[in-house]
Amino acid sequence: MSVQAKTSANPVIRCESVYKIFGDNAESMMKSSGGVVDAAKFQEAGCIVGVNNASFEVHEGELLIIMGLSGSGKSTLLRCISRLTDSTAGNIFIEGDDITKMKNRQLIKLRRNKMGMVFQSFALLPHKTVLENIAFPLQVKGISTQDSMQRAKEMVDLVSLSGRENYFPRELSGGQQQRVGIARSLAIEPDIWFLDEPFSALDPLIRKEMQDEFLRLQNSLNKTILFVTHDFDEALRLADRIAIMKDGIIEQLDTPANIVLNPATEYVRKFTEEVPREKVLKIETVMDAYDPNASMSDLQVSQDAIIETVAESVLNAGKPVAVTDNSGQIVGAVHAPRLIKMLFGNHKAAATEQAA
Amino acid sequence: MMDRLRERKPLQFLLLIVVFLLMYFLIGPSENNWLWRLPPLLKELPSMINSWVNYLMFDWWPIEVYDPDIEEYEEKPLFGQITRSISGFILFLIEFIRELLLGGVKTIVTFTSWDWATENEWARWPALPWTVVVGGMALLGYALSGIRLAIFVTLAFTYIAVFGQWEPSMKTLSFVLIAAPVSVLLGLFLGVWAYKSKTVEAVLNPLLNVAQIMPHFAYLIPVMVFFGIGDHAGAIATVIFATPPMVRLTLLGLKKVPPEVGEAGRMSGCTDRQLLYKVLIPSARRDILIGVNQVIMQCLAMVVIASLIGAKGLGNDLLIALNRLRIGTALEIGICIVLLAIVLDRLSLAWANKQTDYFADLSFKERHKHFIRFLMVFAGGVVLAIMGSFIFKEGFNYLYLIPHNKGITTADFWQAGVDWVWDTFFYSLKVFNEWFIVDVLLPVKKAFLGMPVIATFTLMMGIGYIVGGMRSALIVGGFLLFIALTEWWDRALITCYLMTMAVLISGSIGIIVGIICAQSQAASRFMLTVCDTFQTFPSFIYLIPVMMLFGVTDTSVLIAIVVYATIPAARYTIEGLRSVPEALHDAGSMSGVNRWQRLFTIELPLSFPHMALGINQTVVFALAMVIIGAMIGTDDLGQLILKSLSDKEGVGNGLVLGFCVAFIGLAVDQIIRTWANQRKAALGMA
Repeated sequence: MSVQAKTSANPVIRCESVYKIFGDNAESMMKSSGGVVDAAKFQEAGCIVGVNNASFEVHEGELLIIMGLSGSGKSTLLRCISRLTDSTAGNIFIEGDDITKMKNRQLIKLRRNKMGMVFQSFALLPHKTVLENIAFPLQVKGISTQDSMQRAKEMVDLVSLSGRENYFPRELSGGQQQRVGIARSLAIEPDIWFLDEPFSALDPLIRKEMQDEFLRLQNSLNKTILFVTHDFDEALRLADRIAIMKDGIIEQLDTPANIVLNPATEYVRKFTEEVPREKVLKIETVMDAYDPNASMSDLQVSQDAIIETVAESVLNAGKPVAVTDNSGQIVGAVHAPRLIKMLFGNHKAAATEQAA
Repeated sequence: MMDRLRERKPLQFLLLIVVFLLMYFLIGPSENNWLWRLPPLLKELPSMINSWVNYLMFDWWPIEVYDPDIEEYEEKPLFGQITRSISGFILFLIEFIRELLLGGVKTIVTFTSWDWATENEWARWPALPWTVVVGGMALLGYALSGIRLAIFVTLAFTYIAVFGQWEPSMKTLSFVLIAAPVSVLLGLFLGVWAYKSKTVEAVLNPLLNVAQIMPHFAYLIPVMVFFGIGDHAGAIATVIFATPPMVRLTLLGLKKVPPEVGEAGRMSGCTDRQLLYKVLIPSARRDILIGVNQVIMQCLAMVVIASLIGAKGLGNDLLIALNRLRIGTALEIGICIVLLAIVLDRLSLAWANKQTDYFADLSFKERHKHFIRFLMVFAGGVVLAIMGSFIFKEGFNYLYLIPHNKGITTADFWQAGVDWVWDTFFYSLKVFNEWFIVDVLLPVKKAFLGMPVIATFTLMMGIGYIVGGMRSALIVGGFLLFIALTEWWDRALITCYLMTMAVLISGSIGIIVGIICAQSQAASRFMLTVCDTFQTFPSFIYLIPVMMLFGVTDTSVLIAIVVYATIPAARYTIEGLRSVPEALHDAGSMSGVNRWQRLFTIELPLSFPHMALGINQTVVFALAMVIIGAMIGTDDLGQLILKSLSDKEGVGNGLVLGFCVAFIGLAVDQIIRTWANQRKAALGMA
């Protein structure tokens, strides 16, 4: 996973001014509004604004997390992009094709070949075994029973559920059920992977385990991912970029580090206040210019290393530590005082300093 | 004063009762007083329905039809032709299955002609020896579930064969095997349609309400007119009766499927059709299976009633046995019906829960093992039957088909038991019976009949108003008005009297038993199982033991109703009490309540709405049984419906009478359901 948002000419998903308004007269209200949607005014007319003018792109191999509290419209946005609900206005391009204008048949073809989705409540079919659930998308597609079962068996191994192929969902724990959900969503080898609060229904310990599992999978699969969560820590831990939503509006869309360092609005700031910086920021944010004449420690750290993971060894080194980029070139140095200030000092001061 | 009255419902009830009593005592019976009885303005309705039905059947939209008998084209009415072809098709299916089981010539005749079949003596379909059917059913049970089901099926079918009920049972089975799948498919189709379209749901809902409360007999008459008499008519009446719960439960199940499961299906790339058949219906399968179970139960409950319009088999025999007061025989036949019901129910359940093993690498022999085993059973059975023909040279071949009433019978034993009970308890039973009739039933009946129509309306509409406002009052009033304008208001009052007595008794027994059983987990489970078992019995069965003891009297009817109608009261009470959240029990305990306080301050108030729904079911059950009670002699609406069955112009009467009964039920239903829903909403349980 790369940190920087990759800029390629052809984003996998591109949303252009997507709106979703719930209510009987949503269409007419939308037309008369002239493109400016005022949630309060719409509410008076009996409409609820789910998604308000969302525009963004997701690039190949990127993991974009949509973060927001309940009712912020994050799941609605995800459902607009997968077209489980129809958006009221705007265009959504999947690999260049506008999904909002697709015919049912095209949509089904797209879902059968390119998309996978994981659900908060797992949404497993209660009458099918683990194996049958995983094979379901393949069978729907018309793949022979033998081949789809073979493939499903591989998926079972991938999510470490071997030996439980013939269990029914009700016989599995929550974590195991979600493993089945994940395996099912990956069975057709989709390019685009939607995850709607996949770990929210799990216990904290299991959640951590599943997040690790998810990262492991993503490292080997490298899918384009849209991930919805209400858990800011989860977003920081997993995301390449985070979109923070409130009342249907995307408040800020940026990398975790930038969101923590430069919250765009007061709302975003409230989330970031309590976040331990060292868990989010990379060593490059506390790095000074490299002075070739200074006495350096033998230790070298990568500029992408999260501060928390290397802080102890850097402080133990006793001398400034050189920072290298991906290719091993030295690009700067970390000095203990700034690191200590970052770890234990006033967060705002550290942030201001960095910004300056 | 007015403000206080508006807020205090008990006060309103008190006032209502005072007004009711005043009207009751001030308005005396008189011919022309509209406050006493409304004029029968709807008197002509039945004959209007009759002429309309006649027009539909015999005059409407004539079409040219080729008649092979006279080899000419003839003008025949469209509707009659449609019903005729439906009848023909269903009859063919029933006969086909029947002849597979019992042998015969009709299927062959269908494809050839009577003449041909008579000329060619060999063209007879042979019956399956009963051993083969028993073995085949046992294998089916084994293949679907396991050895336990196989043993049960074997025992059940062997009982049927050995007790000489093989032929009627197979006749009944062939008729159920058509009616049940048709009901299931029809119900599934309508349920899915209602799920997809709000309009269809809105149209179906009131129809289902009426259909479920309408007495069984009332269906028979229009079916008889449109489709004639015979097994097919029985099957059609059964389908009409058995489909509504299937529709209900399909719709309920589909609505309960979590939206995310549907979304998961769509994201897996399902087409609309795949989504329905592979995701939604299977996910709703718990409720749909309950629906299938209900259909099977309803089908077997209709076995007896359908025999009134010509369905052959156990029902017919049971009816004859009851009419001749041969309690022992009736009991044996009743057990056969119950066994058939349970076998079919278990098999359908096992079929729905069957699992597939995908990775077992099966040989040809393994893969077709059930079929191979069946062939072996078949061969074995045939060999046995042929051997039998040598052993039983004279008389009947017991290894082929055990003829009707030539098996073992314990009827004499039961008859002796009944006689013994009669001899021993005759006086005490008679004294009780006479006391009950003279001192309890007759005065209540008189009180009901002495009620001026205006008082009844005031009472019922008043309760409706207090519970659910103007809307409920008008709905209740509308239902009552229909009944009051027919010429059967007095009969309806008698039905109400029986129903009210039964509901009071069943309700009290059911609630008390329910409360006692709900005190322990084990007792609750035991009682719910008892309820399940009792509900499996076709309602007719209940008439047998009470007739043994109390003869042909109102007491018998009442006791039969009470036995049957107590089931829902007890069931809902237990369910309601057991579903009180654990946390509330704990909260109560920590507040220091004792057992009684907990029951009266926590459990009962919280479960009361659910118990009220139980009473609602009790009303429906009681009403159904009151009408069936007509078979052992009452003088209420049920008796009239039964009479119109044998009346050539009975359609109009039967339908209107049926609606009267249904409307009594719906009026009560409206009041109780509104109240229960309000209470549930107030308690945050909706």
